[in-house]
Amino acid sequence: MFELFSFGFITRAIIVGGLVSLCAALLGVILVLKKYSMIGDGLSHVGFGAIAIGAAAGITPIYFAIPMVIVAAFILLKITSNSKISGDSAIAIISSSALAVGITVCSLTGMNNDLNSYLFGSILATSHSDALFAVILSAIIILCFFLLYKKIFAVTFDESFARATGTKTGLYNMIIAILTALTIVIGMRIMGTLLISALIIFPSLTSMRLFKNFRNVIISSTLVSLFCFFAGMAVSFCFDTPTGATVVLMNLCVFIIFQIISKVVRR
Amino acid sequence: MSIIEVDKLSMGYDGRAVLENLSFQIKSGDYLCIVGENGSGKTTLMKGILGLNVPTDGKITYNGIEKKDIGYLPQKNVIQRDFPASVMEVVLSGCISRTLGPFHSKKDKDRAISNLKKVRMDDYRKKSFSELSGGQQQRVLLARALCATEKVIVLDEPVTGLDPIATADMYSLIKEINNNGITVIMVTHDINSAIHQASHILHISSNSSFFGSVHKYIHSDIGSDFLLTKCPCDDCAHLQKGETQSV
Repeated sequence: MFELFSFGFITRAIIVGGLVSLCAALLGVILVLKKYSMIGDGLSHVGFGAIAIGAAAGITPIYFAIPMVIVAAFILLKITSNSKISGDSAIAIISSSALAVGITVCSLTGMNNDLNSYLFGSILATSHSDALFAVILSAIIILCFFLLYKKIFAVTFDESFARATGTKTGLYNMIIAILTALTIVIGMRIMGTLLISALIIFPSLTSMRLFKNFRNVIISSTLVSLFCFFAGMAVSFCFDTPTGATVVLMNLCVFIIFQIISKVVRR
Repeated sequence: MSIIEVDKLSMGYDGRAVLENLSFQIKSGDYLCIVGENGSGKTTLMKGILGLNVPTDGKITYNGIEKKDIGYLPQKNVIQRDFPASVMEVVLSGCISRTLGPFHSKKDKDRAISNLKKVRMDDYRKKSFSELSGGQQQRVLLARALCATEKVIVLDEPVTGLDPIATADMYSLIKEINNNGITVIMVTHDINSAIHQASHILHISSNSSFFGSVHKYIHSDIGSDFLLTKCPCDDCAHLQKGETQSV
């Protein structure tokens, strides 16, 4: 199996995938607790539409997708915080529309062959620039978590209290939206548009089965996420299964195991 | 000296006026209960005092305190009761604006522990917040609010949904806090407890509002209507006419 590492694209996919799993797990804890779980799903669909348009227009897809997804993240956060429009239906509308745009563009420009790889991911798709980008992004996210840890907790736990005691909560929400958008754009090429949101939701939900304090949930989420990614990668090489789907299934297995353990422990 | 001065304040949202032309002053050490019917603007006023909502007209002046030095206990349904956090993590989050740096300092931790002792929850430090009873959770959140302030604490319906024993505990804790010199501003529906606990009452109503001492409130028209009892005392006849229009 180790001969696989001699292929550059596999090494790249492992680096990028591992780092994206780490970032998604950290951001996922915040998003799940703030009840923004579906934002990841919506953004990945917007990313898909943008990548299809970018590819058709001859722009490096990722450079086109990043600003588009960041804009979409802002819009979704604004809608979700506005109580008049229900956040989940807004996300459903935006994500299905973006998916429809992406599929239409793909079929008009004869990119049907790529469609499968965009939707379900492909480890062949990671480029050198993706790898570099993933390294920088994860460094930023880990640094943010380290430097802003207590603010992040306060804003996630009770936003109005944090605001009343002088924290600029809007700024933190904006940082979280941008980081989420970047993580999704980088990760969706390996994991696929339809599967990337699992990386955000699963590890934190899994960890919350067992752990009841914030710090442990964060530590456990990153470990669960990394384990599931590498294990999923290994299984997909050995049994020739699609990488993204295998990683998601791995996450599902760990979730079920944690759920069972929590039931047994509580008894 | 008044520490918070509300002058001809109007507030609203979505273009709808909720409060209009409201004026009152809170002095250091006061225990003010804000009462009124549902939708009268109690919570809106409280958000104005905390700086969460901006007044549409008039102003709120702070003397000797800053807006961010006001401790805050939000309404029960605002907090996620199943949030994975230890009691200590929750209380420490009251100290966020005290120290710079990524993690909480030793001083923050001492402060959190001393406030947990005040609400008699220090044995629960390492327990999970989500596994506490409603009354215990309220006490932890009260400790968090105390971490954020030395002067003023704002409580939004702190006893709603608590059983009678937890309610009595909560009131005695708030009274203790007030006796230690912290100004208390409490939004409540529990008018009968309010008149026993508070020093001042602000009754917000769309027709006429009342601000004054508890004694005057009990003898006022608006107060006796709300309390569902006409005050039987001899002074009332002239007090009712003379002092109800003080706002």
